Amino acid sequence: METKKLLLTFKKKVVEKPIVYHLVKDFDLIINLYRASITEEEEGFMVLDITGSASKIEEGINFIVAEGVKIDDAQKAFRWDEAVCTSCGNCLTHCPVDALHIKDRTTMKVEFDQNVCIDCMGCIPNCPFGACGSIFQDK
Amino acid sequence: MKTYEEINEKIASKKAVVLTAAEIIDYVEEKGIEQAAKEVDVVTTATFGPMCSSGCFLNFGHSQPKIRITEAWIDDVLAYSGIAAVDLYMGATQLRHNDPANLDYPGEFKFGGGHVIEKLIRGEELQLFALSYGTDEYPLKEIRTRFNINDLNQATMVNPRNCYQNYNVAINTSNKTIYTYLGKLKPNMGNMTYSSAGQLSPLLNDPLYQTIGVGTSVWLAGAKGHVYSEGTQHASAVERTANDVPAEGAGTLALTGDMKKMNADFVRGVSFKGYGVSLALGVGIPIPILNEEILRKTTIKDRDIQAQVIDYSLDYPMKTGKVLTSVNYEELKSGSVNILGQDVETSSLSSYEKAITITEILKSEIQDGSFTLNKPYMPLPPNQGMKSMKVSK
Repeated sequence: METKKLLLTFKKKVVEKPIVYHLVKDFDLIINLYRASITEEEEGFMVLDITGSASKIEEGINFIVAEGVKIDDAQKAFRWDEAVCTSCGNCLTHCPVDALHIKDRTTMKVEFDQNVCIDCMGCIPNCPFGACGSIFQDK
Repeated sequence: MKTYEEINEKIASKKAVVLTAAEIIDYVEEKGIEQAAKEVDVVTTATFGPMCSSGCFLNFGHSQPKIRITEAWIDDVLAYSGIAAVDLYMGATQLRHNDPANLDYPGEFKFGGGHVIEKLIRGEELQLFALSYGTDEYPLKEIRTRFNINDLNQATMVNPRNCYQNYNVAINTSNKTIYTYLGKLKPNMGNMTYSSAGQLSPLLNDPLYQTIGVGTSVWLAGAKGHVYSEGTQHASAVERTANDVPAEGAGTLALTGDMKKMNADFVRGVSFKGYGVSLALGVGIPIPILNEEILRKTTIKDRDIQAQVIDYSLDYPMKTGKVLTSVNYEELKSGSVNILGQDVETSSLSSYEKAITITEILKSEIQDGSFTLNKPYMPLPPNQGMKSMKVSK
């Protein structure tokens, strides 16, 4: 068993297809859905973990692609722009999982761990510099 | 004992011994005060954080025909024009025209004066829209044009209050979330926020203003600027701990510098949800090691600097003067502090990391001879209080 984190982008035509249902039913995958949205332009986004055997995950991903859905592997909706971040640290108490964290208390540099982030978006309104963003907000 | 002249001669010949405020701590521990005072010429200090009392004077040159501007907006942000014809002042906390502010509480405040200043320094194009009533010699009544900083005659940052010597720590004891210039404060003391570079901060390394005074040269966001006055609300007569470090706000500096020589990495517009806009600014100040006493002050450590914890749900807005407790910066930087029996997560609005970077840049500029020191021609007021507003009954 392994887990893969995926960001799915649905174009207008496929937005109404029950992708998740097929991933569970046809490929025996465990789905953990973090966030999903359909925008005004009728584009859809979905951030999810899929867990299952390596072969089933591959089959599931092939199915998603065949349905016309775009996949960003291990990519979340959340965007942290290191070049914009000043390491002020105001985000830290608003990140419930310490994805944004300070490893070295002598430099106080803020770092981001993509794998830990749960896409809660709690940091976004708490960054005075605009270093945190999400495709769910920008679209 | 050294003089400013001797130190500047060493800087000019690229022989000055310069350490940052972080490095000097271990250096003195190892060498002892006496030896270190002989060896070290300059200690560099710095801070980077939101400084609301910042802004800039801009001169546009004259249009043809001429206009004597009486109202003006840059990228829709109001600029003050109650000065000469084509001079304007843009303040850091000015909101953009039609910003709904807190009508949609908490407001987002995405763009304002601080962002205009950052855009200017980035060399980006902005829009000037200006109106006038028209006079015989200034007939033009309206102008709309695009410009960048290179089109201006002068772009001079003039900040009435920067570099607060110390600053309080914000907490919220109420049962609802509040939004402040120190960030979002969760209910029931869910978090606390501070804003100081602690042991790197300029006025904490020279707590009695023995070297920093009017005329001192400062590194202002990459430009060589200077202290032009005591800062507004400069209040030196405050409670101090044994090392002369103030337990509260205390001293402030008024700074000026040429924006055309600034680096936008250290001049950043900021948006505080529910509060407004401001400007985060990087400032570095060199401290000449004239004697052992001045050196000893620069060895201040985070653990020896106290900050007052203030309840922003009641005591700050109502100006009760109540202080919940005091904590030191080592505790604050650890990420969690026990306040009245409860572990409270901490975070900062100023960037210690950027402050380190500035102390290192300033160090190398002094080492390579490009940044020399100025002897202040007037000290900051050493024993001055601060009045409250007189409100007539």
